[in-house]
Amino acid sequence: MSEMNEKLVFDKPDSVIDRPTHYCPGCHHGIAHRLIGELIDEMNLAEKVLMTTSIGCSVFLYNYLNVDAVEAPHGRAPAVATGVKRARPDHFVFTYQGDGDLASIGMAEIMHAANRGEKMSVIFVNNTVYGMTGGQMAPTTLIGQMTTTTPGGRCQTHEGAPIRMTEIIASLGGVAYAARGSLDSVKNIRKAKKYIKKAFEFQVNEVGFGFVELLSGCPTNWKMTPLQANERIQKDMIPYFPLGVYKDVSEEGGIC
Amino acid sequence: MSKNEERIFVKGNEAIARGALAAKCKCFFGYPITPQNDIPEFMSSAMIKAGGDFVQAESEVAAANMLLGAGAAGIRAMTSSSSPGMSLKQEAISYMAGSEVPAVIVNINRGGPGLGDIGPAQGDYYQSTRGGGHGDYRHFTFAPSTVQEAYDVTIRSFDIAFEHRTPVLILGDAILGQMKEPIVPWIPEDVDEEAGRDWAITGKTADREKRLIKSLFLQEGELAGQNKHLQAKYDDWADLAECEQFECEDADLIICAYGSIGRIAKTAVRKFRKQGKKVGLFRPITIYPFPSDDLKALAEQGKRFLTIEHNLGQMVDDVRLAIRTVADSDFYAIYPGNLPTPDELEEPILNSLEGK
Ligand SMILES: Cc1ncc(C[n+]2csc(CCOP(=O)(O)OP(=O)(O)O)c2C)c(N)n1
Ligand code: SF4
Repeated sequence: MSEMNEKLVFDKPDSVIDRPTHYCPGCHHGIAHRLIGELIDEMNLAEKVLMTTSIGCSVFLYNYLNVDAVEAPHGRAPAVATGVKRARPDHFVFTYQGDGDLASIGMAEIMHAANRGEKMSVIFVNNTVYGMTGGQMAPTTLIGQMTTTTPGGRCQTHEGAPIRMTEIIASLGGVAYAARGSLDSVKNIRKAKKYIKKAFEFQVNEVGFGFVELLSGCPTNWKMTPLQANERIQKDMIPYFPLGVYKDVSEEGGIC
Repeated sequence: MSKNEERIFVKGNEAIARGALAAKCKCFFGYPITPQNDIPEFMSSAMIKAGGDFVQAESEVAAANMLLGAGAAGIRAMTSSSSPGMSLKQEAISYMAGSEVPAVIVNINRGGPGLGDIGPAQGDYYQSTRGGGHGDYRHFTFAPSTVQEAYDVTIRSFDIAFEHRTPVLILGDAILGQMKEPIVPWIPEDVDEEAGRDWAITGKTADREKRLIKSLFLQEGELAGQNKHLQAKYDDWADLAECEQFECEDADLIICAYGSIGRIAKTAVRKFRKQGKKVGLFRPITIYPFPSDDLKALAEQGKRFLTIEHNLGQMVDDVRLAIRTVADSDFYAIYPGNLPTPDELEEPILNSLEGK
């Protein structure tokens, strides 16, 4: 087929930078980045975005999105983003955090930013493991899951139960929107994008804090192929971390 | 710079808060701890009235990280705390130093280690001047000794922070913070809130590259370059070192003391001078950069030295480093947990003067 007959039907969003990925094959961070990039374009936010990145495999998010960014210490992204938003309330502020970052070291910061109702959005990538540091147990690690620090599998009586963040966040007064999506399949990716869009809209419309958890694969640390990782999300993760919208104040008459 | 000649009678803590307001501070992030609570209490309404914002954070960790965010966005912002809270702020301060974020941080030093007490002390000197968090960094540190000076250096702290893209620390103690004195507040006329922030995250536009504030430098040689750059910046600050010299010219013995102790030592110096005894005071106003050259010049005149601190010996290291090729310094410790008086200083000063 000659070049003349080729038609581009799917391109990268303008806000996503054209560069080779550093993520492992089958990692879902890249999909999450793309969804955010698409929404920044579609919602015309590029000039308003002040992104707060965090610690973990996604620390390099700022190499992939063509927006202004500040890097936060491990777990502190919600506090850094609070400072950014209070300093520049007209801008669009979001954090992007892994489960170790958000649910372990940064538990206090996320709870309080959410409870204060900071007008920001939080993207929470839950892959049930510390990816970057080599596969240690995370607060979201499932019972029985083997990690480098739970070599016999996570045991509830010794390590406690996996934490369901979206449920906790949804229970806090300042939260406008909380949902859990998954990146395991095209259908779920489409839904996840809708959730993120809704969370972003709550910020744009100055309603309040938006939180979207994304169930994601870490084939490397799960010691699985990318396809097996997707199957694990469906079989093991979704039953424990059910998908859906947990809070939506537009359906509840808003917060005051 | 304009003088507003009307005198007001305020606590040191309030003077710092008013100074920040005069310097067009727009955001304040705090967490309660004695003896600095007057600052966040004042700021809770002042920041909102100034068209900015105030957050009582969930912890000092969060407050300092909020400061990092506001500073990265190019806004004049401040936090304040006291010793145990300062330990918690060190994480963000190291990140601010590493990613060159300007901000002002106040430490109203109390007794330590640990929970210590709520009285005055100077045990945080090392933490303030060595970089209290991880990594090779320093921040500019003022150590005012009167309420007026506290007001003045707070205004200057914001300029220095933005001019040099650095966190600036103001180190006081419970004496300075809780003492009321008359001050003449002044308002700097020419604060340009947009100046010196062409690096800040303000939203990428079509006509500029995106901006990134970070302290992670993984490529081979990259971090070395950043550290070299930071070190050169700190070296340049040597010219900005400041001190007060009181009755030093003909003195045989120079007392080195800073902050509240500097002021108490000054009273002792006055008393000795009345008795015809040749004692002087060298009081650093900046403790990083330390005014080493000025001190060395005194040492070269053959003077003797006595360092007095409200700790077990911290600034004395800087004194000795400054004069090491010509002289040494005696040391007298006021133990944290005790309240110092000018009378208490008489005996150690006399001993040093007589070379005992
Ligand atoms: C204060 C601090 N403690 C520990 C680390 C080391 N560290 C880097 S990434 C990481 C885990 C991140 O895991 P997660 O948030 O789940 O993200 P993922 O890598 O899985 O995307 C840790 C503990 C750090 N950078 N800072
Ligand atoms: S270690 Fe896991 S989270 Fe990190 S890039 Fe690889 S697959 Fe992704």
